[in-house]
Amino acid sequence: MTGARPLIHARGLVKRFGDFTAVDGIDVDVRAGEAFGFLGPNGAGKSSTMRMVGCVSPPSEGELRILGLDPVRDGAAIRARLGVCPQVDSLDPELTVRENLVVYARYFGIPRRVARQRAAELLDFVQLTERADSKVEPLSGGMRRRLTIARALVNEPDIVLLDEPTTGLDPQARHLVWERLFRLKQQGVTLVLTTHYMDEAEQLCDRLVVMDGGRIVAEGAPRALIERYSTREVVELRFAAESQEKYAGMVAGLGERVEVLPDRVLLYVADGDAAVAEVHGRGLAPANVLVRRSSLEDVFLLLTGRTLVE
Amino acid sequence: MVALVLPRLVAAAGTARRSARVAGRNVTAMKLSYWLLLVSGFLEPLLYLLAIGVGVGALVGDLTLPGGQVVSYATFVAPAMLASSAMTGALAETTFNFFGKFKQLKLYDGMIATPLRPIEIALGELGWAMVRGSAYSVAFVVVLVAMDLTTLSRGLLAVPAAVLVGFAFGAAGLALATFMRSWQDLDLLGSVQFTLFLFSGTFVPAEAYPQVLRWLVEVTPLYRAVHLIRGVCVGVDGWGWLLDVAYLLVVTVLGLVVAARRMSTLLYR
Repeated sequence: MTGARPLIHARGLVKRFGDFTAVDGIDVDVRAGEAFGFLGPNGAGKSSTMRMVGCVSPPSEGELRILGLDPVRDGAAIRARLGVCPQVDSLDPELTVRENLVVYARYFGIPRRVARQRAAELLDFVQLTERADSKVEPLSGGMRRRLTIARALVNEPDIVLLDEPTTGLDPQARHLVWERLFRLKQQGVTLVLTTHYMDEAEQLCDRLVVMDGGRIVAEGAPRALIERYSTREVVELRFAAESQEKYAGMVAGLGERVEVLPDRVLLYVADGDAAVAEVHGRGLAPANVLVRRSSLEDVFLLLTGRTLVE
Repeated sequence: MVALVLPRLVAAAGTARRSARVAGRNVTAMKLSYWLLLVSGFLEPLLYLLAIGVGVGALVGDLTLPGGQVVSYATFVAPAMLASSAMTGALAETTFNFFGKFKQLKLYDGMIATPLRPIEIALGELGWAMVRGSAYSVAFVVVLVAMDLTTLSRGLLAVPAAVLVGFAFGAAGLALATFMRSWQDLDLLGSVQFTLFLFSGTFVPAEAYPQVLRWLVEVTPLYRAVHLIRGVCVGVDGWGWLLDVAYLLVVTVLGLVVAARRMSTLLYR
């Protein structure tokens, strides 16, 4: 099966809303069993892409094949094999937690008995068994998201689409979601997710594309992207407020590249500690110094000149 | 021939099954408060029948219908109340509840990520509305027969007629609800519904209006519904009822087609 046709295949995919082009000719291939990410800031075209892949938004142009089928002609057949966790919860507030799963399973034509059994298993998987008979409304954001993920798994899908699965969650809730997604990945489920969190992308994705302004600006494995586009280490220097520009000039030439952000200056260097010594050697005393490894955030900054999360 | 028809039959059966699952969701969601709403929808036309049909009817006396029959005022009003009850039951579900699920709860955004298609969601909601509407109709017919306002055999015939009325208003309600932007728009729809209720030959024969108004009244859906059910309950000669049935069938199909198209446009962005 491996090496066969990709599960998702897009060439020159475009989505327009009136005069606005949300997705501007992207090429994507997602293979079975991989965890694939769309990384980019808000408005990069990630959600529009996900909706097209989810067969709920017809492409304006280009070629798109999901599971080898045409989303416009065979939308219902494709959707039967997808699990979707949308960015905005579309849980049924008039039903309980358990009923949400059972009723949703019924939409896929799953027999009631199987639906009940699967609901019980999934509630266990997302650790919501204790809240099974609660309404959806009093649930926390993290619980709602876990329920939405459970709902996306109710038809045992070939591909799970997760649109910003942890946006708006507190760190603890995010880690719990990540942990569950990681388990799915280990079970061999094909995951496609969008995120503007680089740590999420780095942890979960085997391969990703970086999107900006509806276009793909880079593609590859997270580590490979970092190695290709960034230095090994980054020194973050915080100077007194409003003075980053001024000091940036004074550290010029210390690394391969200097980036000035509103609140800090980034030095891209091979050896962070050596660079810090040099900064101090030049008589500068930043309020805060941090040496870290390069991340996808840095890749994004280099490619687009902007940060992912403002 | 078989090769041509069979796939369509299979597809239709699939559509019916999937629609039933949408209706099934509503069964699961049914709670006590909903039952109270159900009861009020039945009581309202009954109270009108008692207050106006029987109460005011005592002052009005008997009425001569265009066909020549002389009937009591309550007998005249009763079929109209059955038609209104079918309309109200169907519209409550397909305008307010449908709008709420569609635009406020965003339920259908979740549903379209499954194999369900907009037409199947529309059919499911309409089917569910008709379960509710039919319950009203049966209950109301029982009351009419008990009050001697129609005979049992005519009453039995009036049930499917009322169900057809429900289908037409339900489908039209779905189509209209897709155009509503806010709850205020729905209030407007409520006003239109009440106007129809008052002037569709319900309390006063349409023949009593000036020619232009009469023509206007006779093209409204509730007039056709009242005309059909009154014909069934009181008994009339001729084939006028065929026009009513055709009219209501056209409204049903048109409403469903428009509703499904609009839902596709709004959901498949």
